Amino acid sequence: MMALAFDVVLAALLILAALAAVAGRGLFRAVIFFIVYGVLVALAWARLGAVDVALAEAAIGAGLTGVLLLAAHGRLRREGLEADPGAGGQGFAAIGGAGVALALGWAWFALPEPATATRAALDSALPDAGVGNPVTAVLLNFRSFDTLLESIVLLAALVALWMLARDGAWGERLGLPQHARPGGVLASFGRVLPPLGLLFGAFLVWSGADDNGGAFQGGTVLAASLLLAMMAGLYLPPRIGERLWQSALVLGPVVFIACGLVGALVWGGFLVLPPAYAKGVILAIETGLTISIAATLALLVIGPPEQAHNSGGAA
Amino acid sequence: MNGLDILALSASALVGLGIYGLLAARHLLRRVLAFNLVGSGLFLWFGAAGARGGVGVDPIPQALIITGIVVALAASALGVALVVAHARLSGPTLPEEAPCDPEPDNRA
Repeated sequence: MMALAFDVVLAALLILAALAAVAGRGLFRAVIFFIVYGVLVALAWARLGAVDVALAEAAIGAGLTGVLLLAAHGRLRREGLEADPGAGGQGFAAIGGAGVALALGWAWFALPEPATATRAALDSALPDAGVGNPVTAVLLNFRSFDTLLESIVLLAALVALWMLARDGAWGERLGLPQHARPGGVLASFGRVLPPLGLLFGAFLVWSGADDNGGAFQGGTVLAASLLLAMMAGLYLPPRIGERLWQSALVLGPVVFIACGLVGALVWGGFLVLPPAYAKGVILAIETGLTISIAATLALLVIGPPEQAHNSGGAA
Repeated sequence: MNGLDILALSASALVGLGIYGLLAARHLLRRVLAFNLVGSGLFLWFGAAGARGGVGVDPIPQALIITGIVVALAASALGVALVVAHARLSGPTLPEEAPCDPEPDNRA
């Protein structure tokens, strides 16, 4: 009964926060409600028992996406473009939204009984995976091709983002110049939190082998620490051509592909992992991936270089 | 109706709200936000469907969802950068509209 009451309250809060984010007045408030919504979704994942997803959602969905949207709001405000013209075509949009929601609700009750065979197959294969956390085993062993392609998609997104830089800004540092008041909250947090974030991020990666966590969650915490240091003005964002950063960005995919090729040459197939070596190889891939994910996500959120000398005005 | 049904139905409602926002919102940043609602609602629905076995969420959907959350962030970062670049190029009128009466400043 208590559990059901919890679910009802959580569902109501989720919908209210989403409603406020989509239809509430004011863009700034919408962004804040979206961050609240992200935290609530993380709670829903924890309620479902999917702790790995809850960690990813809290760190990425609420944390990094929140920073991204707040920063975009600040940039639009500088351009005088933050006024929200409200909604248009509401009748049509409401019919579309309600139709999709009803169809999904109907589909939920029309779902066939869950197949237990795949779960049993996964459980029987898990001892050979090299890691005890089934989610990590799926990500880096059983379906590692998906994860390899994803790490490349992240790089592609970053390159596409950099394409938006203006010619005059290309060689400049990424993002806008950051101003933190000396001795203010941001400057203090920027000093205190990154070391803790580094520790916690590394712990999440290590712990992800057999317990909750993993390269994505750990990498995101590291990215957040980097961002905090950059926003507090303690660490200047890099320029696009910096070798060290470029190496960090491609390290994960390179290690991943190298391990895949070793598998193809020695173990009988691209990305094949024999049980005896699986743990070591997975740890190597995870370490590389964590560094790349941390660098890529931090640079994605910082944005393209914008500090052109000739822009004048607002800067 | 059990807890899983309630979460799945609210996930359906979240997708619907996202679609509504995507179609109705005029400000591009709010559309990026609505696009994220569609994504996270679908992830939640998918996760709930993977939890029907009674022993927690199936690890395969969990892995796919984690992948999806990271890709959604990358797509949002690109989307937001496009919104900002578009705003700088087009100046203080929004793309598809003549200037509407702006709403009161929300920073107050």
